[in-house]
Amino acid sequence: MGISVAFWFLAAITVLSALGVVLLSNLFRAALLLVLCFLGVAGMYVLLNADFLAVAQILIYAGAISILLIFAIMITPQVYRGNPFGRFRLPALFISGLMLAAFILAALGTHWSTSTPPAAAPQATLGQSTVSALSSALFGRGGALLPLEIAAVLLLAILVGAIALLKEK
Amino acid sequence: MIGLTHYLVLSGILFTIGLYGALAKRNAVGILMCLELMLNAVNLALVAFSRYLVPGVVLLTGHVFAIFVMVVAAAEVAIGLAIVLTLYRRRETVDVEKTNLMKW
Repeated sequence: MGISVAFWFLAAITVLSALGVVLLSNLFRAALLLVLCFLGVAGMYVLLNADFLAVAQILIYAGAISILLIFAIMITPQVYRGNPFGRFRLPALFISGLMLAAFILAALGTHWSTSTPPAAAPQATLGQSTVSALSSALFGRGGALLPLEIAAVLLLAILVGAIALLKEK
Repeated sequence: MIGLTHYLVLSGILFTIGLYGALAKRNAVGILMCLELMLNAVNLALVAFSRYLVPGVVLLTGHVFAIFVMVVAAAEVAIGLAIVLTLYRRRETVDVEKTNLMKW
């Protein structure tokens, strides 16, 4: 019962703030609503028993990424000229509506059969913290250690690339 | 009772709102914000699958995927904003409809 109330509350917050991000003409207010949307999704993660991901969502999305976006909005002063729609507004609405219909039909029409877990898949017990199981899924034997190292190389490349792009000639 | 379908429909709605914004907006920073909305929707679907696909346990494969999506999203927004700022410095605009230098 409490979980249902929390779900509908968070869903309303998330969808309304996402609509505000798209429809608001003031770009700065849209960025603030984007933070609210990220926080709503973090609440969803808590409901889904993903505690580490909820904290990471708040730190990375609501903290770092939104601050970067707000900096970019402040530096490029088109915020006063607003956030207008382009020429493709009606085709975009058509395509998005079509995709939404397909998503909802697929989600409602498919029988998501539940099964026993595969033996090798990393898992955690419902209602307990996922942090230790997640760490062994990332770093342990048979885990995702190689993609993790590649992600580190990716972040280094992004760092160098951003500096090289923004360096004054 | 809240189930997998609720989360999948919510994720579809969020993804579609982000797609609409990314296709219809003119300001490049606004487009990046809508891209972040779409990535968030995908993460939500992944986490919902790993919670509800097997009753009683939380599969962690979806969580691992979601972590990598977050890493790539942070990288993407950093390099995207660097490109937008370079564009603004060179041409005094962040309007994607006026940025057609590389159009065929």
